[in-house]
Amino acid sequence: MTPLQQELVIVVVKILVLFNVLLGLFSLMTYVERRLLAFMQFRLGPNRTGPFGILQPVADGIKLFFKEETMPAGANKWLFVAAPGLAIVTAFLSIAVVPYGGPVHLFGRDITLQIADLGVGILFLFAVSSLGVYGIVMAGWAANNKYTLLGGLRSSAQMFSYELALGLSWVGIIMLAGSLRVSDIVASQAGWFVHWNFLRQGLAFLVYLVAATAEINRTPFDLPEAEAELVAGFHTEYSSMRFALLQMAEYVNMITVAALASSLFFGGWLAPFPALQTVLGYDVGLLWFLLKMGAGLFFFIWLRGTVPRFRYDQLMDFGWKVLVPLATLNILVTAAGMAFKWW
Amino acid sequence: MDLVLFYFFAAVTLGSALVVVGQRHPTYSAFALIVTLCSLSAVFGLLGSPFIAVLQVVVYAGAIMVLFLFVLMLLNVKREEPGRVGGGVLKLVGGGLGAVLAAQMGAVLAAGSAAPPPAGFDGSTGHVARMLFSPAYLYVFEATSILILTALVGAVALAKGDR
Repeated sequence: MTPLQQELVIVVVKILVLFNVLLGLFSLMTYVERRLLAFMQFRLGPNRTGPFGILQPVADGIKLFFKEETMPAGANKWLFVAAPGLAIVTAFLSIAVVPYGGPVHLFGRDITLQIADLGVGILFLFAVSSLGVYGIVMAGWAANNKYTLLGGLRSSAQMFSYELALGLSWVGIIMLAGSLRVSDIVASQAGWFVHWNFLRQGLAFLVYLVAATAEINRTPFDLPEAEAELVAGFHTEYSSMRFALLQMAEYVNMITVAALASSLFFGGWLAPFPALQTVLGYDVGLLWFLLKMGAGLFFFIWLRGTVPRFRYDQLMDFGWKVLVPLATLNILVTAAGMAFKWW
Repeated sequence: MDLVLFYFFAAVTLGSALVVVGQRHPTYSAFALIVTLCSLSAVFGLLGSPFIAVLQVVVYAGAIMVLFLFVLMLLNVKREEPGRVGGGVLKLVGGGLGAVLAAQMGAVLAAGSAAPPPAGFDGSTGHVARMLFSPAYLYVFEATSILILTALVGAVALAKGDR
């Protein structure tokens, strides 16, 4: 095989592996979320299908597969069908630039555990996350139902407002790393865990956490699907596998946000102490990455079990009048710190 | 490989751009314009300008078009209203402008400007940033920032009204 063909094969294999891992992680997350939420509310949750109920996602999948696919009579057919697809594509795209391990030596060549190490990695993430809103807006509009339309409108306003804070919270990290490449940002946090960005960029981390929660429509920012007032928001009219696709997009987005948090703020695949990076001569970066990502995912579930929902005007006020100024302040302080060499 | 991709994305760009103009339904037009911008960004990427490519999506597809769609959905526009100006006049003006554009494109193509990028061409973010903040472009760049800031303040003042 020519070098170009070899590269192609490697990339395709990486994409296939990551895709299937994400699918598995998605079904696992549906189970874990229901179980953990149940424990937090002194319930048991799904525990009948298989040992500890672990086969519940399989049962759910089979059920969704055989349900009838419905479409409202007044719906816009093309967009109604296209919306879940768009949502899932943007959800899967953004994880392509996240590195999930150090370089691996396989078959006589070095392979990076990352699909694409783009020079504009962070900007790419920003671009894809800004496209993510269209799946939801399209779903809400195409169903031709006032609740779904309101859900779609709310979500576009919300994502639009919080995206700004999200992007600004990354600027300080980019300045410290001096690069938009995600792998460079991970490398810039090398050493003891005190070099990780959640300590060096504490304010940015808090802003990121809040803005990212809003971006993925999780509690307390789940207004687009506030069931008490909007039935189920933008996915009210969806059923069967299209509903499953929208759900999958939400969970994959959650996984992406957790993976990003671990890469940008917790040193990605780096160990908290350099001595723990290799165990028995093997690089365990992948395990560290999964551990950090899992902690992030647990945090989102914990949050859902703990806090109530925002009111809409509070949400907008908070985004524009608190988060954006804080993120801007962080940029100024970081710039001053770099100019005067505080760290 | 690059050539195949280029023709693919060029075709998508042109096709969706035609849909934007030919479509009577404003929401469809807006979605088609998003497709145009995204595939145009792919063309920029193929030309070796990743920074411009990403900005294309972030600014136009990701921010401006969201606002467009937001307004379209709030107004719940069903179909384009026929304009007050007669169709004949519009067709005449449109045809004339189209002819001018076609003539310009013909002139450029006849001059054979399909030259490869100059040696030392670098479209990476770092290089673009160094160019932008070099004395050659710094003043223009800052002047643009002030212009945008003025527009921002103006928009807020207009939206607030006399209160």
